[in-house]
Amino acid sequence: MPVDLQAVCEIIESHGYQRAALIGILQDIQVKMNYLPRKALIQVANSLDLPLTSIYEVATFYKAFSLEPKGRHTIQVCLGTACHVRGGARILDYLENRLEVKSGGTTRDDAFTLETVNCLGACALGPIVVIDKKYYGKINIHKIESILKKYQ
Amino acid sequence: MSPRLKNISELRSLRQSLQKSRDGNKPCITICAGTGCHATGASEVVEAFKQEIVNLHLEDKIALRASGCHGFCERGPLVVIRPEMICYINVETKDIPQILSETVLKGKVIDHLLYQDPRTQKKIIHEGDIPFYKFQQRIVFGSNGEIDPTQIDDYIAIGGYQALEKILTEMKPEEVIEAVKKSGLRGRGGGGFPTGAKWEACRKAKGKEKFVICNADEGDPGAYMDRSLLEGNPHSVIEGMLIGAYAIGSEEGYVYVRNEYPLAVSNLSRAIEQAKEAGLLGKNILGSELSFTVKINRGGGAFVCGESTALMASLEGRVGEPRAKYIHTVEQGLWDQPSNLNNVETWANVPIVIRRGADWYSSIGTERSKGTKIFSLVGKINNTGLVEVPMGITLRQIVDDIGGGISGGKRFKAIQTGGPSGGCIPESLLDLPVDFDRLQEAGSMMGSGGMIVMDEENCMVDMARYFVQFLQEESCGKCTPCREGLQQMGEILNRICKGNGREEDMGLLQDLSQVMVDTSLCGLGLTAPNPVLSTIRYFRDEYEAHIKEKRCPAKFCKELILFSIDPENCTGCGACLRICPTDAIMGEKKKVHQLDPNKCIKCRACYEACKFDAVLIR
Repeated sequence: MPVDLQAVCEIIESHGYQRAALIGILQDIQVKMNYLPRKALIQVANSLDLPLTSIYEVATFYKAFSLEPKGRHTIQVCLGTACHVRGGARILDYLENRLEVKSGGTTRDDAFTLETVNCLGACALGPIVVIDKKYYGKINIHKIESILKKYQ
Repeated sequence: MSPRLKNISELRSLRQSLQKSRDGNKPCITICAGTGCHATGASEVVEAFKQEIVNLHLEDKIALRASGCHGFCERGPLVVIRPEMICYINVETKDIPQILSETVLKGKVIDHLLYQDPRTQKKIIHEGDIPFYKFQQRIVFGSNGEIDPTQIDDYIAIGGYQALEKILTEMKPEEVIEAVKKSGLRGRGGGGFPTGAKWEACRKAKGKEKFVICNADEGDPGAYMDRSLLEGNPHSVIEGMLIGAYAIGSEEGYVYVRNEYPLAVSNLSRAIEQAKEAGLLGKNILGSELSFTVKINRGGGAFVCGESTALMASLEGRVGEPRAKYIHTVEQGLWDQPSNLNNVETWANVPIVIRRGADWYSSIGTERSKGTKIFSLVGKINNTGLVEVPMGITLRQIVDDIGGGISGGKRFKAIQTGGPSGGCIPESLLDLPVDFDRLQEAGSMMGSGGMIVMDEENCMVDMARYFVQFLQEESCGKCTPCREGLQQMGEILNRICKGNGREEDMGLLQDLSQVMVDTSLCGLGLTAPNPVLSTIRYFRDEYEAHIKEKRCPAKFCKELILFSIDPENCTGCGACLRICPTDAIMGEKKKVHQLDPNKCIKCRACYEACKFDAVLIR
């Protein structure tokens, strides 16, 4: 897929070409493009006059960034402590089995990217699964099946 | 929206006129629109109320307010009708016409929307009478229900920015620091460092400019107090930072907030814009010498960035690696300038300390822990939610009186406080008063305020493994003891949970812990052994059962349990058969089913689906 470098430049400009804004710049690119394409990172390095390694250092350190394109839907399984004690890990096990993909990966048909999150702060609803920003609370295996159907 | 306020008397007269226009007797429907209630449908409820109010031409007679988190997340969406404070729980859009026509117009209470006390079976009408709220002391969090967080006028009307008025008219910066010191306020982010002393050190430090930072990188899983404050009462945090800036001598502030908290980011951004427009942020605030701006930085999803030096590195756009603190951040922090960092809840306490006075504030709490603390009470508890209690309350009061005991009639096993670096506290210590020092003596810590309740079905070795694996993933990798120590601990705990534990493993874990405590660079590695040490200290028998008998007493660890079907209890209803994801269960309708252990992945779906206790775990 071609990378819209014009959009990347606009994002960098909106942050005033500041090195301190690197994380914000990468966040905005990720929102716009769903991941951080290599070409975009090269553009950031050139515009900020930084070595590409410095950009990759930040892009690989923070969990929020992905260097791979994501699937059409993103499933996030909360593994915060409250969800863990209510069986969050079992939900993840089940989804990994069901979708034949490990956490962090994307299904072969590009339909789903499976991720885990540390805590969404909606602990009363645990265990929680979020699909494309919609929260599904008090999840069990039965419920997850019928929810998945909506996205397939 | 208010015009730009040029001086203090303009702020005062604005407040007076706002208070006059807020008729205390006019019915006001408050809907909790925090993230928890939002996820259960609060925004639909708000929309339905708006629509129905228009339909019934009640716009002038009723006020509607979508507020921040009320705390009782377990029962959301929550609706409170003022002035009577009638509390309805689990409200759905279909209930709205009845609430308006019966309760608001005729004053009749709708029985099926009331909270029912599970112990006495009595229905409770008023919010304050519900045990969950009754035993709390909500000095910081209580205002959430009184304001719409997107309206600065609401905050001003309930006395907001009065503390700012007070310092600008009657207090020198040194006097502000003295008041905060005298109040006994300690950092709510986990460390418990005296706030006033930190401010004083930062004021005295020499630098070109000084920074005030709010740590809203609430990374502890199972804790969401800070998010709810930022979402529900962002101006209280801004006002706290303004007071800090005045005391320290700073003109620039930062809020470092988790990217996973979109509503908090949006409410805070709006609050900052409104404060700027009202002249409460910017140059020469209210005509005084004080100038101060606040910027928001979104975090990148790294737990270690909750550590102050890592957070400052991240603010500079670098990787969030901590540094050794032989030079304190109050002397050399952000951009090597004196920087004062406090967490969200600490900042939200500051205006209260100033407004109500240090003496009043320090009358709450214990000898060395003053004021209140907000905890997020979660896990296997009936009343999940956010609770604000005076320091010194016992864990038992929190679990039983406020939390309503363990859910599902199970037995209490432990309560975990202090986040991933905290400890697990057993039932025998439930009468422990909650304050910074007592929790530390018990091998745990206050942390930022997560309280996770566990019951008999939770395995304590697995919990230790969970926290160690969490921290292993979040360790930045800069220092060896933390990076390698956690890796080794994780492997040892993993083999114990899988039934491959060795006799010497517990000793090995304790030795590793000691090395990490002695040599780690930052707080993450330093406190990481807590969950391991506290579980060995209080639940040694569970470790021994795993190691010596290859048995998980909680029947949790997958490798140590087997599923089967009890022919005595099985009715052949087929519920387990239908739900099994691997077709491991066979059997004809109304005949006893069988489970093939070779196909079983131990996902517990059958165990949860069976209504006849016929799925056995051995």
